[in-house]
Amino acid sequence: MLDVQKTRQEYIHELAAVQDKVYQMGLKAENAVRQAMQALVTEDRALAAKVMKEDDVIDDMIIDVEDDCILLIAKQQPIAHDLRVIATGFKISTDIERIGDHAFDVARVIAKADDKIMDGERAALLKELGDCAAQMVEMAMQAYREGNIRLADDVRHMDAKMDDIFKRTFYSLSQFINSKSMHPETATSLLFIARFLERIGDHAVNIAEWVIYLETAERIHTKKARYAKD
Amino acid sequence: MKINVEKLNLFYGEHQALFDVDLPVPEHQVVALIGPSGCGKSTFLRTLNRMNDLIDGVRIDGSVRLDGEDIYDPDTDLVELRKRVGMVFQRPNPFPMSIYDNVAYGCRVHGLKDKKRLDEIVESSLRGAALWDEVKDRLNASAMGMSGGQQQRLCIARVMAVSPEVVLMDEPCSALDPISTMKIEELVSEIKKDFTIVMVTHNMQQAARVSDYTAFFLNGKLIEHDKTDVIFTKPHDKKTEDYITGRFG
Ligand SMILES: Nc1ncnc2c1ncn2[C@@H]1O[C@H](COP(=O)(O)OP(=O)(O)OP(=O)(O)O)[C@@H](O)[C@H]1O
Ligand SMILES: [Mg+2]
Repeated sequence: MLDVQKTRQEYIHELAAVQDKVYQMGLKAENAVRQAMQALVTEDRALAAKVMKEDDVIDDMIIDVEDDCILLIAKQQPIAHDLRVIATGFKISTDIERIGDHAFDVARVIAKADDKIMDGERAALLKELGDCAAQMVEMAMQAYREGNIRLADDVRHMDAKMDDIFKRTFYSLSQFINSKSMHPETATSLLFIARFLERIGDHAVNIAEWVIYLETAERIHTKKARYAKD
Repeated sequence: MKINVEKLNLFYGEHQALFDVDLPVPEHQVVALIGPSGCGKSTFLRTLNRMNDLIDGVRIDGSVRLDGEDIYDPDTDLVELRKRVGMVFQRPNPFPMSIYDNVAYGCRVHGLKDKKRLDEIVESSLRGAALWDEVKDRLNASAMGMSGGQQQRLCIARVMAVSPEVVLMDEPCSALDPISTMKIEELVSEIKKDFTIVMVTHNMQQAARVSDYTAFFLNGKLIEHDKTDVIFTKPHDKKTEDYITGRFG
C-alpha cells in the first residue's frame, strides 16, 4: 500500500479557520436575534441600542471571511469539498449578515418608538415568532458546524411552522387595526417586526440548504408555499 | 468508444503493475490519467499502442480494443497501430535534423515521397500545432535549436503529420514553462476535434482544464473514472478526493 502521508496541513488548517469564523459569526447573529427579541418584549431601549451597535461587529466579520476565501482561491485553487467550503463560506456569511441586519431592524423599532408599543398579548405573539427564528438560526449553525445534513433538513421543515406562526401573527395584528384597539402606526411597526423575523427564518433555511450542498454537493431549493398560494 | 480497455493486467516479470483495469475512451474526447508517481499511468498509456512490447519480460492479459478490434491480436500490424495511435513524451524528443525533416519523418517512413504533398503536410501539421508562424522562415534550421516549448509542439506536429486517430501524451508539459504549457493546453482543446487524446498529467488544474474525462489510478488500480466535472467537484471515492485536493502525494 502507498504510504498516505498527510500533506497541505497549512491549507487544511486555513479551510477549518474559515469555517470557524463563519460559525462564530453565526453565533453572533443568533445572539443578536435573541437580544433584539428581549429588547422588544421588555421594551428595553438601552438593550436595543446595544444590539444595533453590535451589528458593526458582524459586518466586520463578513469582510474578514470574504478576504480569507478570496485569498484561498487565489493561492490554493480549491476543488471538490474544499471548494464547497469556500463557496458556502461566501454564501452562508451573506445570509448571516442579513440575519444580523434584521436583528438590527427589530431593535431599531424599539429604540425609535416614542411611546409604549408592547403589551403582554402582543409580546407573546411576536415572541413565538422570534423564538422560532432564533431556533432555526441556532440549528442551522449547528448543522453547519457538525456537517449534519439531517439537522439541516429539520431546519428546512421548520419553515412551515414559521409560516403558520407568521400567518397567525399577521392575522392578530390586522384584527387590532380593524378593531381600532391599536394605533395604526404601532400596528404597522409590529407588522414590520413580524416580517423581519420571518425573513430571519428564510435566511436560516438558506443556510441549511448550503450545509446540504457543502456535505453532499446536491443543490436543493426549498419551495416557498406561501408565495405560490397568495 | 474509440478505445475500450477491459480486465487489463500487466506484469513486469514478477511485478504486477496494472490490476484488472477497465477504461473506455470516447472518440474526440480528452481523457486525463492522474495518480501518484509509480501508480502505473505511463505503463497504462503504453499499453494503448503496445509500446510495452519493447520492454523485456512484460506480460499482459486482458483486452484493448481500438474501434472494436483487439490490438493484442497476433495479426496486428505494429507499424500501422503506432501510426493510428501516436505518442508524445514527457521530454520533447526532436530528432537531430531540420524542423521540416522532423515533421516529414513519419510520412517518409510510410513511403510518401511527393515533395508537394510533403510540403502541404508539414505546413498543416505545424499550423495545427500552433508553431507555423514561429518557424515558417527557418524550416531547414535544426530542431535542436528550438526552445523546449517549441520542441514539444514540434513533437506534436510530428505525430499529427501521420494523421493518427489517437494521440497519447505522457506529461507533455512537465518540462515546459507556464506560457508554453498554456499553448499546449490550448492545442489539445483545439485538436481533439480531429483526434482522441489520452493524457497523463501531474497537474490537477491541467486535468481539470483540458480533459473531458478523468481516470484516477492508485497502486496499479483504476480507482474511478468519470466526467472531469464530476471528478473535480464530487468524486465518488474518498481516495480520489484526497488525491486531487492534495491530501497525499
Ligand atoms: N520498464 C520497467 N521495468 C520494470 N518495472 C517498471 C518499468 N516501468 C515501470 N515499472 C514499474 O511499474 C510501476 C508503474 O510505473 P509507471 O512508470 O507506469 O508509473 P507512473 O504512474 O507513470 O509514475 P510517474 O508519475 O512517476 O511517471 C512502478 O512500480 C514502476 O517501478
Ligand atoms: Mg509516468
